[in-house]
Amino acid sequence: MAYALQQLINGLTLGSMYGLIAIGYTMVYGIIGMINFAHGDIFMVSAFIAVTAFTILAAADVTSIPLALTFVLIVSIFFTSAYGWAVERTAYRPLRGSSRLAPLISAIGMSIFLQNTVQLTQGARVKPIPPVLEGGVVLWDAPGFAVQIGWSQILIIVTTVILMSAFTWMITQTPFGRQQRACEQDRKMAALLGVNVDRTISYTFMLGAALAAVAGVMVTVYYGVVDFFIGFLAGIKAFTAAVLGGIGSLPGAMLGGLLIGLIESFWSAYLWAEYKDVATFGILCLVLILRPSGLLGRPEVEKV
Amino acid sequence: MMLSMEGVHAHYGHIHALRGIDVEVQVGEIVTLIGANGAGKSTLMMSLFGSPKATAGRIVFDGEDITRVPTHEIARRGIALVPEGRHIFPRMTVIENLQLGTVHADAANYEADIARMFAMFPILEERQAQRAGTLSGGEQQMLAIGRALMSRPKLLLLDEPSLGLAPIYIRRIFQIVKELNRNHGMTILLVEQNANQALRVADRGYVLQHGEITLAGTGAELLASPEVRAAYLEGGHA
Ligand SMILES: Nc1ncnc2c1ncn2[C@@H]1O[C@H](COP(=O)(O)OP(=O)(O)OP(=O)(O)O)[C@@H](O)[C@H]1O
Ligand SMILES: [Mg+2]
Repeated sequence: MAYALQQLINGLTLGSMYGLIAIGYTMVYGIIGMINFAHGDIFMVSAFIAVTAFTILAAADVTSIPLALTFVLIVSIFFTSAYGWAVERTAYRPLRGSSRLAPLISAIGMSIFLQNTVQLTQGARVKPIPPVLEGGVVLWDAPGFAVQIGWSQILIIVTTVILMSAFTWMITQTPFGRQQRACEQDRKMAALLGVNVDRTISYTFMLGAALAAVAGVMVTVYYGVVDFFIGFLAGIKAFTAAVLGGIGSLPGAMLGGLLIGLIESFWSAYLWAEYKDVATFGILCLVLILRPSGLLGRPEVEKV
Repeated sequence: MMLSMEGVHAHYGHIHALRGIDVEVQVGEIVTLIGANGAGKSTLMMSLFGSPKATAGRIVFDGEDITRVPTHEIARRGIALVPEGRHIFPRMTVIENLQLGTVHADAANYEADIARMFAMFPILEERQAQRAGTLSGGEQQMLAIGRALMSRPKLLLLDEPSLGLAPIYIRRIFQIVKELNRNHGMTILLVEQNANQALRVADRGYVLQHGEITLAGTGAELLASPEVRAAYLEGGHA
């Protein structure tokens, strides 16, 4: 029981990060109908930006943890959004209106490009940072097993809940959110009403990248190490989360992220930890075969 | 002059859809375009929005050349379109659809405009929280018109607003067109399959054939014209 509770906490932490990344996949798919395969690498880049920012802070002898975290988040969000913008501008926009396959290939190319750039400039080894948030609280001192939640886990879960609420509010309640959804449903009509579609798509990429940047900072704080390959696995898992929740659906991405985090955590704890990635890929295959529209997605056919 | 198209050509790839269009709309007029399926009526309206872009010729709206202005900027200049097939946003509520008509509008006008819309289309007020995709065809058409009016356009383009509607809705639509023009001074460019009714409400009309204007005149002149009668009035549409 105590052990299971611990897995729940770990799973929620993981799921928060997958959920944040999954939103980027689902929003981009929603608005331009393509899977942005470079999104995982955008997340990886954000983690490296976080490492660099932490290193600068350490050199400057900043010791206040809230200050440091705020600084790193802002820096990482800023530069990662810029990456998100640039990727869309250079790799996808020129291909708009061409076949569906072209931007997909371009996305894979962009993914490889980002990985190699980081590998060349940052090195292929893992990069550690000094521990930022250590320790935690013991929630339940059960016989033989103490259930613990780390400060970093609290940070991750709380930040994610706040961000996702704010994000949902923005998409459902603000004029920008309305225009964003209008572009999703009927891009041509949105333009006829005066919505600047290109700009809305750019903002969508930047928002997805910003959320991935938060996940990147969290991963850096949580694990304390990053390498140029983390974007691949995290990307595929977040993509699975988006598909599981229903690609194109915002609540679906959040739910899918949570589920993938929980499944991974329980699978590792009770089944075979070595095969935890297989679990995710297995789910991806099952969803695609049995229910391609996902849990909260809508089926392709609909009455208009 | 509200709108003038001077020698406008437009293409879809190799298809030459508009072949030198000259059309004028004066302030406060209802002008109608009639023509067979595929004549280029919708293309003409869309070309005002730069989609497709005019490949030759000039479009002047309200004293400014808008031939090369990007699509999303045209709405800001004061043209609103009720497109063929309505194109409401199906997975948004009625009220959200109306709000999307105000992308450029002054937020200060919102309350007054929405009240005006609800007075004109009481059904929209009743259904304001309903997903637009679940409205009936006629209700969707009302919504599309309401959405266009929310931007307080100077020129309203209506592309086959009565298409596929029951007679009661068709009557209501023509009544709305008249009201907007008489009571609010709205300038309207109207495309209709229903040539008889369209020519009756219109001040002037143009006949479009294979991307060219073949005939122009007042509504009454066109109604009386033997060519128009033969091609568009006696044969089911009237
Ligand atoms: N997106 C497009 N791509 C290619 N060709 C098009 C496109 N839209 C219209 N066309 C062609 O341009 C011509 C004019 O079409 P348009 O839709 O303007 O006709 P219309 O007069 O509005 O007809 P209808 O009464 O059927 O609505 C037609 O030959 C049509 O096939
Ligand atoms: Mg048409």
